[in-house]
Amino acid sequence: MAQQQLDHLIKSEYAAGFTTDIESDTLPPGLDEEVVAFISAKKNEPDWLRDWRLKAYRGWRKMAEPAWAHVRYPKIDFDAVSYYSSPKAMADRPKSLDEVDPELLATYEKLGIPLHEQEALAGVAVDAVFDSVSVATTFRHKLAEAGVIFCPISEAVQEYPELVQKYLGSVVPQHDNFYAALNSAVFSDGSFVYIPKGVRCPMELSTYFRINEAKTGQFERTLIIADEGSHVSYLEGCTAPMRDENQLHAAVVELVALDNAEIKYSTVQNWYPGDAEGKGGIYNFVTKRGVAHHNAHISWTQVETGSAVTWKYPSVILRGDNSIGEFYSVALTNNYQQADTGTKMIHIGKNTRSTIISKGISAGRSSNAYRGLVRMSPRSTGSRNYTQCDSLLIGDRCGAHTYPYIESRNPSAVVEHEATTSKVSDDQLYLCQQRGIDTEKAVSMIVNGFCKEVFKELPMEFAVEAGKLLEVSLEGSVG
Amino acid sequence: MLSIENLQATVDGKAILKGLNLEVKAGEVHAIMGPNGSGKSTLGHVLAGRPGYEVTGGAVRFNGEDLLQMDTEERAREGLFLAFQYPVEIPGVSNMEFLKAAVDAVRAQRGEEPADSVSFLKQARAICKQVDLDQSFLRRGVNEGFSGGEKKRNELMQMMMLEPRLAILDETDSGLDIDALQVVANGVNALRNPEHAIVLVTHYQRLLDHIEPDFVHVLAEGRIVKSGDKSLALELEAKGYSWLEEEVA
Repeated sequence: MAQQQLDHLIKSEYAAGFTTDIESDTLPPGLDEEVVAFISAKKNEPDWLRDWRLKAYRGWRKMAEPAWAHVRYPKIDFDAVSYYSSPKAMADRPKSLDEVDPELLATYEKLGIPLHEQEALAGVAVDAVFDSVSVATTFRHKLAEAGVIFCPISEAVQEYPELVQKYLGSVVPQHDNFYAALNSAVFSDGSFVYIPKGVRCPMELSTYFRINEAKTGQFERTLIIADEGSHVSYLEGCTAPMRDENQLHAAVVELVALDNAEIKYSTVQNWYPGDAEGKGGIYNFVTKRGVAHHNAHISWTQVETGSAVTWKYPSVILRGDNSIGEFYSVALTNNYQQADTGTKMIHIGKNTRSTIISKGISAGRSSNAYRGLVRMSPRSTGSRNYTQCDSLLIGDRCGAHTYPYIESRNPSAVVEHEATTSKVSDDQLYLCQQRGIDTEKAVSMIVNGFCKEVFKELPMEFAVEAGKLLEVSLEGSVG
Repeated sequence: MLSIENLQATVDGKAILKGLNLEVKAGEVHAIMGPNGSGKSTLGHVLAGRPGYEVTGGAVRFNGEDLLQMDTEERAREGLFLAFQYPVEIPGVSNMEFLKAAVDAVRAQRGEEPADSVSFLKQARAICKQVDLDQSFLRRGVNEGFSGGEKKRNELMQMMMLEPRLAILDETDSGLDIDALQVVANGVNALRNPEHAIVLVTHYQRLLDHIEPDFVHVLAEGRIVKSGDKSLALELEAKGYSWLEEEVA
């Protein structure tokens, strides 16, 4: 990238102040050290963070894309991606929902998304969006009273640099893997959460985020720190399909649960999966990991229905004695979607416990793989894992795969693994139809029943939405 | 209520029904008997609209409508119920949820609101008692891990909840002990009234000791070859089917 262009962009920003004239800035495609430095400068970051990003970038240049996952897609040209694009100008946005793709609106309707949220999600430039922001502000005040910090990570870098510096990359190091390294170099924004000692976060951190989420961009970075004895439940994402022109998404989420703390992290992922012929769709390459200290508890719950390709393994490092890790997952693929998802439970402390419940649903011509690692390290005495891994097939052109890895280096550790594969049979559908229940409703009942154990882990209002989401995602998969 | 004229049907390309005629009026109970492979079960599935069962000729009218033009679920919503000989399991879907979906689908067809949950549950519990199933069955998956007898009772329970205009019971008596048989008979007799019709497909006369049919038909080679009153069933019990086959030949 030409120095001149860079200078121009940086200068125009300085001239106009930090936040105002940001709308016109989009970097041309390509990634080099100057671009990394530019992003850092654009966000007014301290030197340590710029250097941290540069270190990540240099490592990334030497790394290779992982090829072991059970997914296939054309090679990504990382030099064809633009690594900095600011949010769309209000003037370029749809003026009202009338200007939004009717198909998208129909889906919102089916999911029962409230009108003001529809506007926010579709990026409509109306006051309703600002209403949402003011709602969010109200929440922030309530959180501040409890001492909870909940803000964009870019803001946290300015306001709480010592916390960010201490924990950023402490769970997912810069060079952990190819995509994590890329994210570390160029991350756009994301959320930062800090729960002080002994505080129980007074609300689910969901509603606020649901609105904010639409703007976070393709290289999202989230850091959640639950200090000793604290508790937080966090929900990322939204059941509504989100418009996004970026095909490549590489997010990193780090969770730190200090002694006796508990973090419950729920995800509903519904990025654009591509059309029925498999054209388009998001590549979702995510690194999510948590560290659980003494007696700490980390629970991941995910409902994955979107994206053309998913590569994602929310993991827990059970570092402290008596710590608990959980992974509850529903991954649904339809048409030509591919998912390779699962978890890693790394048992280090004594008497640690982990539970893995994975439900994979494949329909159409899709491919759905569970990949999970359970490691019992030598000093992890008296630890246990229970894994249950179920696959449900709809139709006869889809695939389900299970790759469980078990490494036990401690003779006292107990690792259990159960797996089943079943099919939605014609006889089941016939029984339902004979009782007056149409096929789509029947499939949705069967799939919801299959996922029950995971849905009950979701925050209440989302469990209902998740059920509807599966129904919408499966439309046209039968008959 | 049900009028079958010269019905012909194939399964996997094989002709099973070869010109069957049957007339069932509201309030009547018909028993269809016959040797193995005569097409008894096929008749039930053809009427219910099972995918893969192809009608190749004839006509069926149900409450004056052309039954064969209706989708499987439409037939059910119009009040045609088939109690399955081998009910399939649907793990994870509770009986309660399944029943509610079925009842609401039928109600919707009649332009009614979904049943309110409280009175629905009350009714379901009462019927559980009638068919001698523990209430805990309502929370269990549809037929999931049920014994043969429990599955049959569950079919009966669905029938009683849905109160179909026409109930076809496909060998619901087979494999049942005498107590369970009595439960089935009680269920069917409870449904028996001038608005409803019942078709019992059975191998054995013993069910007819508990449910007295108005008509008995013998199905052989895809046709009804003889019809009579309940005494025909007793005659079959004593003499078997072979004399009939000779008579027809």
